[in-house]
Amino acid sequence: MTPVPVLSIITWAPFGGALLIMFTARHRPLAVRLIAAVSTGISTACSLWIFFTYDRDAAGFQFYEKLSLVPPLGIAYELGVDGMSLLMVLLTSVIILAGVFASWTLTVRSQEFYALLLALVTGVYGVFVSLDLFILFLFYELAVLPMYLLIGIWGSTAEVRPRGIFAWAYRATGVGTKEYAAMKLTLYLLFGSAFILVGIFALYVNGGNASFSFLEAEAAGFDPIVQRWVFLAFYVGFGILAGIWPLHTWSPDGHASAPTAVSMLHAGVLMKLGAYGVVRLGIGLLPDGAIEWAFLVGTIACINIVYGALAAMAQTDLKYVIAYSSVSHMGFVMLGAATLTEPGLDGSVFQMFAHGIMTGLFFALVGLVYEKAHSREIFRMGGFGRTMPGIATAFTIAGLSSLGLPATAGFVGEFLTFLGAWRSAHPWWLVPAVAGTLLTAVYILRVTRQIFWGPESREFHRLSDASGPEWVALAILSFVLVVFGMLPAVAVGPVDTAVVPLLLRLIR
Amino acid sequence: MTLALTALALPFLAFVLQALVPPLRRSGRGAAAVSIVCVGGSLAAAARLWLAPLGAPLVRRWEWIPADGGPLVTVGIYLDPTAQAMLVLVTLVAFLVQLYSLSYLREEPAPALGRYYTYQSLFAFSMLGLVLAPNFVEMFIFWELVGLCSYLLIGFWYERPAAARAAVKAFWTTRLGDVGFVIGIVLLWRATGTFDFEALFGLAEAGRLPAGLALTMFLIYLGAVGKSAQFPLHVWLPDAMEGPTPVSALIHAATMVAAGVFMVTRAFPLFAVVPEVLTIMAWVGAFTALLAATMACVENDIKRVLAYSTVSQLGYMMAAAGAAAPSAAFFHLLTHGVFKALLFLAAGAAIHAVGSSDIRQMGRLFGALPQTGIVFLIGTLALSGVWPFAGFFSKEAVLSAVWDGHLVGPFLMLALTALLTAAYMFRVVFVAFFGADRAGGHPHDAPPLMAIPLWVLGFLTVAIGVRVAVAGGETHHPRGWLTALSLGLAGAGIAVAFVTYQWRVISPAALARALRPFDWMARRRYGIDGAYAGIYRGIILGFAWLIGWIDRYVVDGLLNALSAGTLSAGDLLRRIQNGRAQDYVYGVACGLLALLVASQIWR
Amino acid sequence: MGLQAYLLLAAAVFAIGLFGVLTRRNAVGILLGIELMLNAVNINLVAFSRFNGDLAGMVFALFTIAITVAEVAVGLAIVIVIFRVRKTVEADRLDLLKG
Repeated sequence: MTPVPVLSIITWAPFGGALLIMFTARHRPLAVRLIAAVSTGISTACSLWIFFTYDRDAAGFQFYEKLSLVPPLGIAYELGVDGMSLLMVLLTSVIILAGVFASWTLTVRSQEFYALLLALVTGVYGVFVSLDLFILFLFYELAVLPMYLLIGIWGSTAEVRPRGIFAWAYRATGVGTKEYAAMKLTLYLLFGSAFILVGIFALYVNGGNASFSFLEAEAAGFDPIVQRWVFLAFYVGFGILAGIWPLHTWSPDGHASAPTAVSMLHAGVLMKLGAYGVVRLGIGLLPDGAIEWAFLVGTIACINIVYGALAAMAQTDLKYVIAYSSVSHMGFVMLGAATLTEPGLDGSVFQMFAHGIMTGLFFALVGLVYEKAHSREIFRMGGFGRTMPGIATAFTIAGLSSLGLPATAGFVGEFLTFLGAWRSAHPWWLVPAVAGTLLTAVYILRVTRQIFWGPESREFHRLSDASGPEWVALAILSFVLVVFGMLPAVAVGPVDTAVVPLLLRLIR
Repeated sequence: MTLALTALALPFLAFVLQALVPPLRRSGRGAAAVSIVCVGGSLAAAARLWLAPLGAPLVRRWEWIPADGGPLVTVGIYLDPTAQAMLVLVTLVAFLVQLYSLSYLREEPAPALGRYYTYQSLFAFSMLGLVLAPNFVEMFIFWELVGLCSYLLIGFWYERPAAARAAVKAFWTTRLGDVGFVIGIVLLWRATGTFDFEALFGLAEAGRLPAGLALTMFLIYLGAVGKSAQFPLHVWLPDAMEGPTPVSALIHAATMVAAGVFMVTRAFPLFAVVPEVLTIMAWVGAFTALLAATMACVENDIKRVLAYSTVSQLGYMMAAAGAAAPSAAFFHLLTHGVFKALLFLAAGAAIHAVGSSDIRQMGRLFGALPQTGIVFLIGTLALSGVWPFAGFFSKEAVLSAVWDGHLVGPFLMLALTALLTAAYMFRVVFVAFFGADRAGGHPHDAPPLMAIPLWVLGFLTVAIGVRVAVAGGETHHPRGWLTALSLGLAGAGIAVAFVTYQWRVISPAALARALRPFDWMARRRYGIDGAYAGIYRGIILGFAWLIGWIDRYVVDGLLNALSAGTLSAGDLLRRIQNGRAQDYVYGVACGLLALLVASQIWR
Repeated sequence: MGLQAYLLLAAAVFAIGLFGVLTRRNAVGILLGIELMLNAVNINLVAFSRFNGDLAGMVFALFTIAITVAEVAVGLAIVIVIFRVRKTVEADRLDLLKG
């Protein structure tokens, strides 16, 4: 046990901030924002500290903390990070810090908004650092549930015309409204968490040592039949959150309806929670199950990549484009994991990070554009590059990372995934993956050209560039995207130390 | 080694300064000064490096992506004579173009100028990185970065819809080739376990390359097809002329478009083991050369003529590489880089003076712009392959290599191209610089800042040629009939142009009528651009629309149907709940009775 | 007379009470029906207590009577309140719980 429970500080600092905001900062919007910035700042500083002090040669789980909660049932408050969760914690910190600044100009009920946002982040941190499956599940639910309120209250509504043979259902459910999106997202994720809970209990029962501890489960090893079904449960359960096809439709509606910071956090971090769950619990605990289902996981990931990209191309609402691009990019993450190779898994985790930052940046920018132009209709916009050069630059950087341009983080993740795909048992996965990057280039550049290039659209007046705290968000995210693209070793190094033992268990 | 790193680092430094210090960038001229000084330093380093003889290639690597048991990907520097020569070419042209731009773009607002020089610095850095790359991954990284710079600079005047379209088209088309390139790199890595040129060349030399590399190398070659505008991915280069002219000179004539040829030359030991790919390369190259030359003949935009001629000359280089003569290809790359940059910059001066890039708007410019006229003529003579200009020797080397490779078909196509090249280039000269006086206003010659680069490049065009003529080069083995043939072809081309456009014995319209099918097709670019547009609009966007519809109304529709079904099922069950307590009690009583009966039956 | 007779009596009273609860329109009538059902239970308790010689049954019967009284008091109070508010005590009209 380390002298300072640094992981607990990271995890609970936002929660403390949320409590402070609820009880002390009523009707003082600036205080709300300052508390939020400070509490997430504490988490970010600690994340950076553990990221750089993590002992890469020793590897394994470090900064370990354990506090027994319910000894008879083997439930303990057990935290630790390895190379993989280390990067995810850093990602969460960067996104939430940027998210706090990106929603600086929110006016409606900002106190409750920030409190919920911070509570949610505690859940996210908790999932990444927990080493006890029961606690992990609690944190997971904490991360999912505030979403309902955040989208339902602060969300925005889009118009979806009822068409096709299910048109009657669209009228009945109110597709497009924020309440619909919030409900859909919550129901989907809770549906998934039911699978996760079943999976965790199955492991608890079959583990034989009456403990929810991840480390003990890792050491126990499970019967192949158990592995087969539990892996499937984890894949479906966590996979829903990772946006696997065809269970992804909550993501476009949810992300498009959510307010800026929530979209950033949800697409940037929460979807990673799903992928992280599949890698950590699925592949980590159930190697035989992973091998058995790898074909399914990888093939669906390929569908995600191509299908998401094509669907993104078909959208006319800017936020939907970005939301579908997340579906496509999460395909890369899942594909990398499914390859069960060293470069593939490195790429998968790196892509989680890269996509988190990039999509966070995208949603921040879309939020800004919407705030200035009060429209998300791509084809009504045009020539914004003149009035908002900063936003245009940041959008281009995010776009380039999205299409996998070298020297941005997106390239590293995708390239490693390619290497892994070709070395895996199903080399043809490489083809849809590479085609996905081409399609991404098509829709991203098309959108960029339409919005920022060309003659200025006459419909919009007095547009302005980003200002003040918004710059902080854009600068942090763009900077991280480029730096990790140029020096990937900073992140791939620790990830690799976590991936290699995982693969060794796989071979054994 | 230090010199090479200096040459690489200076433009990067300039880029970082310009990108991270907004006041510097917005000052325009300040950014330009930083940029020019840095690239000038690079030029000095490169020149110094070139003068020092080099034994074995210098290699230095650092870990870039770690993996268990040694780095997966490294970055570093690989310096051999090819890279040395390329360094000089790139830094020289970049330096001259940046000087020239200062005058050419002087009417741009300061922030735009700063943006221009930021991109220029990034380009110089990326191109030098590409030249010095010691492995395929690093080469791919810089390969994409130069593509990015090309995209940004074509779209420099982003408010013009045509420029925006051309930029995006360039990116997409080259990206299509890059899909092949990246798959090829991955396949090669799987087959050999390394990306590193030195290791790969070692394997090739020892004959230990695995068999069945044909597909792999073909995919890698596809990258070059996109970047070096080979048929059928040549469509982006003519459109790329929407960018500022100095950009066309630097990126779309001298350096970036030659990256494909450079890559093939660099990786030639690997291509050498797959003769089938080389044959494809030679045929495609020769065909591209001919196709582009015919399109150049009917084009009226001076920049587009030059763009088509660039495509055509790139075809020459690829044909030479395909004929297993990378040194001839590289020689032509170098000379072409110099004289095509010259032609573009001179054309830029003419456009600047006249205010239009249409040659029909020009005429008798030679009198008004003597300096520009002279250098343009030098460039034209070199491009047409007239002795003793640089182009003559490199072109002859290419033809000779193709003949030695027993590639009769490509040879004939290239010979015909040589004729056409002389014809269309002199058409431009006669129409724009001589002929009737149609230029409005009072065009004046270029200011010194624009003239100096022209003269430097003009001097080099002549000097390289004279030097080879006097000393003979290792790449130049004169062969009597071939010399006569190429001179004859050039002469014939010039004669055709003279007769048609200067002397006007034959009217151009009559010529067009005589060759009507070719004329008709060439004016429509053989329908290739149209086919791409059709594929993009019809197939890709159509399919995307379909997927979008399916996702919204079928995949999501099923879910909404499930949800609406649940809601209406609840609605049905709700009716039972009628609020009358007595009915509930009745239900309880019946249930109790049923339980009692059941317990009596199954006791 | 054996135990059976008491049980039959109790069953009959219970059935009559249930019939009243189910068919009466008037809320007061329903309450009376409930009263009958509870008294049927009392008969059972007392009968078993008597035949098994266990006083606990008697005690329970006393409890039941006390609770019944309380229940009637509360029930009638509710009925009166309902009458005040809705001007009726007819069970069919009292369907505020309708879904």
